[in-house]
Amino acid sequence: MDLDLMISSFPKLLNATLITLKLLSLSLIFGLMLGLFFAILRLNKNIFLNKFSYFYSYLFRGTPLLVQIFIIYFGLGQIEFLRSSFLWIILKEPYWCAIIAFSLNTGAYTSEILRSAFETINKGFIEAGDSLGISKRIIFYKIQIPIAIRQSLPAYGNEIILMLKGTSLASTVTLMDLTGVAKYIISTTFKPIEVFIVAGGIYLFMTFIIHNFIRYLEKKYSY
Amino acid sequence: MDLLAFGNTGWGDELFFATLMTIAVSITAMIIGFCFALIFTPLKLSKNKLLNFIGNSYTTIIRGVPELLVIYLLFFGGSGAIMYVASIFGYNKYIEINAFLTGSFAIGIISGAYSTEVFRGAIQSIDKGQFEASKVLGLKKPVHFIKVIMPQMLRLAVPNLSNVWQITLKDTSLISVTGLVEIMRQSYIAAGSTRDPLFFYSFAAVLYLLLTFLSMKLINKLETKYRRGY
Repeated sequence: MDLDLMISSFPKLLNATLITLKLLSLSLIFGLMLGLFFAILRLNKNIFLNKFSYFYSYLFRGTPLLVQIFIIYFGLGQIEFLRSSFLWIILKEPYWCAIIAFSLNTGAYTSEILRSAFETINKGFIEAGDSLGISKRIIFYKIQIPIAIRQSLPAYGNEIILMLKGTSLASTVTLMDLTGVAKYIISTTFKPIEVFIVAGGIYLFMTFIIHNFIRYLEKKYSY
Repeated sequence: MDLLAFGNTGWGDELFFATLMTIAVSITAMIIGFCFALIFTPLKLSKNKLLNFIGNSYTTIIRGVPELLVIYLLFFGGSGAIMYVASIFGYNKYIEINAFLTGSFAIGIISGAYSTEVFRGAIQSIDKGQFEASKVLGLKKPVHFIKVIMPQMLRLAVPNLSNVWQITLKDTSLISVTGLVEIMRQSYIAAGSTRDPLFFYSFAAVLYLLLTFLSMKLINKLETKYRRGY
């Protein structure tokens, strides 16, 4: 056990954790918006919109995240009009490609979580709103959405943790996130166990915080 | 479509064998995972604090750390660890472990953690009366486990195990970083040499979709089999 290496690599890994956290938070924000959007589409009675949303979530949940990142990072650059359009400014950066891939991926899972939450809402709540003469829009924003968010908290907490682990794939497209730096240190020092303990410890610590934060939210908003 | 031709001109046969490799790795990993689950589920259910702690740390650590990190640990540390063990027994030559075994083992450890959780949940949700009844009937432990607990546990576990299978199948794409030629690695090679990454990665996505779709169909059949009588 090389304690010196563990101590000297800790600041480097901690620095890389910042990138991991940035990737995680940005993709969660975009993913939540996408997820809500597609969950609402999924509840729509229009068959076309419904199927479109289903297809989206099926596509992104049925393929590995690695494939999605590779398609976006290596693949999209091949399309000529994308290269010449303004989008290329974003798509040539591995950082943004990773965020796009993560957001689309977590959006698919989030849409499923939210959809099942919307479907399990007690009909009585909506009927109660109706009979009080509250408009459909307000019922949706003030009753359905808050209840659905509360319902989906436990599952969404799992999704955040899965996404935290998913950000490690950013290292495959040259981003130096926590896993990327850990791999770099492992391959230069050939001391995998020490680095694994430090990097794994940082990941576990983050998982622990997320887990407890979600628990706290669940308690706070329980009814 | 020329790119997918079989034979020397296209990548069809290479991708076909790569798909078989992905299936082989997934199945091996799933079996290794079951072995881990067989060891760790009793530990998690045990009343002994130490054994319980060991079981819990396994599932917590593996489920809290990225798969890629576990793979790097085994890939870079695996042969070192085996050589260290071998040197205790007086064998000092260089040992190289096969990429297939390292990969399956890495994914197996991960899938084992998820399987353990599934089995634990299934056993815990079996009615207590079942345990008591078989005790009262004087059934021996193995008979009690195989004839009473197992069938009920499987019914509850199969739907969740199908999720574990999907996760395992998708996780195998990660061992492409170790150089094992499965779908992802083969697409990477093909994309590199034809400069057509969009096509090959999309095709890889289609292959994965096909695999998840087909396995879903199979598992649904299994589910109806274990749901008989309910």
